[in-house]
Amino acid sequence: MANLNLVQAINLALIQEMERDERVLLLGEDVGINGGVFRVTEGLQARFGARRVVDTPLAESGIIGTSIGLAMGGLRPVPEIQFEGFLGPAYDQICSHAARMRTRTRSAFTVPLTIRVPVGGGIHAPELHSDSPEAIYAHQPGIKVVMPSSPYDAKGLLISAIRDPDPVIYFEPKRIYRAFREEVPEDEYTIPIGKARTVCEGTDLTIVSWGASVIQCMQAIEKSNRSIELIDLRTIYPMDIDAVTESVQKTGRCVIVHEAPRTCGLGAEVAATIMEHCFLHLEAPVQRVSGFDTIMPYYKLELSYMPDASRISGAIEDALTF
Amino acid sequence: MRVCALNAPRYTSSMPIQTVFKAEIERISILDEHNQFDEKLGAGLISDEDLVRLYEAMSSCRYLDEVAFKLQRSGRMGTYPQNMGQEATSLGAAYALNSDDWLVTCYRENCGLFWRGVPMESILLHWMGDERGNAMPAAHYATPIAVPIGTQMLHATGLAWASKYRGESRIACTFFGDGASSEGDFHEAANFAANLDIPVIFCCQSNSWAISVPQRIQCSAPTVAQRGMAYGMPCMQVDGNDIFACVYAVKAAAKRAREESRPTFIELVTYRLGDHTTADDARRYRDQAEVDLWKLRDPLIRTRKLLETKRLWDSSKEDAMRQRIEVSVNAAVARAEEIAAPPTSDVFDHTFAQLPPDLVRQRDSLQTHSLAGEQAVHTEGH
Repeated sequence: MANLNLVQAINLALIQEMERDERVLLLGEDVGINGGVFRVTEGLQARFGARRVVDTPLAESGIIGTSIGLAMGGLRPVPEIQFEGFLGPAYDQICSHAARMRTRTRSAFTVPLTIRVPVGGGIHAPELHSDSPEAIYAHQPGIKVVMPSSPYDAKGLLISAIRDPDPVIYFEPKRIYRAFREEVPEDEYTIPIGKARTVCEGTDLTIVSWGASVIQCMQAIEKSNRSIELIDLRTIYPMDIDAVTESVQKTGRCVIVHEAPRTCGLGAEVAATIMEHCFLHLEAPVQRVSGFDTIMPYYKLELSYMPDASRISGAIEDALTF
Repeated sequence: MRVCALNAPRYTSSMPIQTVFKAEIERISILDEHNQFDEKLGAGLISDEDLVRLYEAMSSCRYLDEVAFKLQRSGRMGTYPQNMGQEATSLGAAYALNSDDWLVTCYRENCGLFWRGVPMESILLHWMGDERGNAMPAAHYATPIAVPIGTQMLHATGLAWASKYRGESRIACTFFGDGASSEGDFHEAANFAANLDIPVIFCCQSNSWAISVPQRIQCSAPTVAQRGMAYGMPCMQVDGNDIFACVYAVKAAAKRAREESRPTFIELVTYRLGDHTTADDARRYRDQAEVDLWKLRDPLIRTRKLLETKRLWDSSKEDAMRQRIEVSVNAAVARAEEIAAPPTSDVFDHTFAQLPPDLVRQRDSLQTHSLAGEQAVHTEGH
């Protein structure tokens, strides 16, 4: 066991998969000698060479488009997009090609591709460096979307993503890259895509969250004297419907917390799922605590935009006293 | 064939003005529309026997276009893009390449795909609205038909990169139109290929029209070929209706790709004799005089003339070929039309290697509302 932060856990997962499988290669902007702008790929080019850790031209569509070709050609590319705000130029290659290749060729061609993307706010970054677009990609059939909230999950989910036969977007919540450490096994292990984690058990109310917001939820739970269950989805698509359903059928109350804007955020999908499966168990309307339906502000106001423990506590209280 | 200086100095101290880069583009023509043949470049390029086969391949592709047009007009097939006039480009490439080099095409490269062995009914099936037409068998090293314009050049670059990564000699050759050379993905693909030394050939079917928009709106430079020059790769312009010139250019580019792991840009000057697709009417935007001029430059006509000059062809052979083609094309149409629609569950089965539980529920019930299948239980409970 090693005591690792999220960045170190991802780095370790990349090393182990690259050692295990010659088909795995990394590519992107600054991932080589510089080790990525967040140093997630630090030391990997020195270890594996410039053939397997490739600094590419500065072009996101090019990075994803060539990765699709690499994957069609039998490799397991792991491209990095430097910030989620730069996914826009690659959207067409992700959604029109990576996501559809298996279907449109009846599995004659497949795209085993893992796109690593730092996501979310909270690091005082410039504009377009702090967004939360996970629901956009969850809406696109043919791709899986994951977002770990802890070093342990980060390693196991990344290994699963790299081994997955289909395209996966692996969002890394940059706010908690170095926020805390935890014990991470040095041996390789996987965490299945599509399985949520019950962070803590409770009987009065369920919180469903993912990514960096899970930490704010834990803070709100610590301040509460009620019995609250926290579910970290870990996988955005395919969502673990059973985990959410079982919990809310038990507690009868649910607060959903995410950093992304509310309208058409994944919280809407979670709420609809609860309506479909837990209707007769509900004691209060499902509540959503989220980013506002505005453009993510520059960093002076970013902490006011993102759900914090205080806003989450307010929603918990409102749902419990309904 | 290396026509642009690749290592121009980036810094110079000479004052005040010095030329740091000069370039020129070569145009290649071996068999023109007046039946002139350049023995020096053309000798030994294509054997007489192969030339007959290539002519038959072009003729067969042309006849498929005629049949496909009628199928669409009679409601037996959806929108179809005719390849008419552009047969020599992709055929020349497919002939020049190894049979296991990647052929990454757009949708006006039927002739090259058929030469590769892709069954005619696959192409028909695709335009009949059936994904199974795009299930290209691995042995053909051909990627699916790409309709969104320009996106496949990045895939070609990645495919060639994967071969290089594994130390294989397989290269990639990708096709696109002059309109697609306006797309950002073309420029990113060219830039990746040139800067990362990836063995890919960029074949631009410079056919004058992107639906109704003339080439001048896509490219105001004197040639489309010079677009590759901006990325530091060798570029050439080729008479795309000349099967010899197409073979010559792609062979040279393939040699460079294999030996030096360097890309090449080839502008194949040709012309779309038909409408953009069966949903288009080109009379709305272009003059018949222009079309008539290009009909004289038809790749089939000049190839047949050369065969006749060489006493390899005559009207009786033409008639016999026509009969063979009609039989084989009509049989392909019959095979494609016999393929029944798959069951609706087929919609789901290739979304992922393993379907997530909720997609399994949607597939098995063919419903998306949550009470589907639960109504009986619910009523019983009341």
